[in-house]
Amino acid sequence: MSEAAEHQEHHEAHGAGRYVKIWIILLVLLGVSVIGPLAEIKWLTLITAFGIALVKAGMVCAYFMHLNIEKKLAWYILFATLLLLLVFFTGIAPDVMKPEGQNWESLYVEPTQTDVEGHGYGDGHAEKAH
Amino acid sequence: MAFQVPIATSRSSTGIPTSRLAVWWVLASEIVIFGGLIMSYLMFRLHHESWSYEAAKTDPWAGGFNTFVLLTSSLFVVLAHHAAENNDTKKSFRYIWYTIGGGGVFMMVKIYEYSSKIMHDYTMFKSVFWSFYYTATGLHGFHVLCGMVIMAIIAQDVKKGKNLHRVEAIGIYWHFVDVIWIFLFPLLYIAK
Repeated sequence: MSEAAEHQEHHEAHGAGRYVKIWIILLVLLGVSVIGPLAEIKWLTLITAFGIALVKAGMVCAYFMHLNIEKKLAWYILFATLLLLLVFFTGIAPDVMKPEGQNWESLYVEPTQTDVEGHGYGDGHAEKAH
Repeated sequence: MAFQVPIATSRSSTGIPTSRLAVWWVLASEIVIFGGLIMSYLMFRLHHESWSYEAAKTDPWAGGFNTFVLLTSSLFVVLAHHAAENNDTKKSFRYIWYTIGGGGVFMMVKIYEYSSKIMHDYTMFKSVFWSFYYTATGLHGFHVLCGMVIMAIIAQDVKKGKNLHRVEAIGIYWHFVDVIWIFLFPLLYIAK
């Protein structure tokens, strides 16, 4: 892309009115992400809260941080760290999320809602009585 | 001897201005910090049903209001950048201070939230959920505070028409802080 074309693209991406429009869209999405989960339907909460969070974050990154017109190098830097996080998650998740082993005994007992409401479980690690 | 701009500040061997490239590197390290925290939270949250009872104790309206405040402050800082690009230093200065004001409102709401939770005995040491809550929001609040201080320093330069490129650099940082909150909000306040 020529320097002039690049400058033109940069200029078009920067417009006060355009930023205000994006801000209004972000506020509408925020409203949906607050109201959606009030229905207490799990799949709807996942879409309205987390799906919309991804869209909002994408819009802020693309249009406010100007990643949509940034050089690829910035993308490589950011995606390399995201990849690192994925490695971290996949390496540790099985240990944290699948603790049902055969050669050891888990002493952790999941607190009930009553425990939580009653403030009666101290540090959140209730233990089985031996 | 006349003051000379350091070579590292003025060169752009990658095609990205050095100050902006430096901010991308800072954000890369921040992704690891906040991403690690959020990933750890997710692992525990998905595995422990009881955390949903505790998440129900957070105030989604306060969290939602703070999301509105940060999104609006993001608009202000991008408008400050836009004004700086057009050499409108007065407007840029004004928008930077609006952004700092937004950060101030955000922190006030956080103080209100923290004090009301602590008064009801939901302290950092009550459970692992609350440890995550205070660590994640506290670390995020610290970043908001740092952004406010840096912006106040940059605003003084902008007023004199100096170092206008720094408005973009701090803007990118501020938007990142906004993005982190966009993820913390549903994780800590919405998912029950």
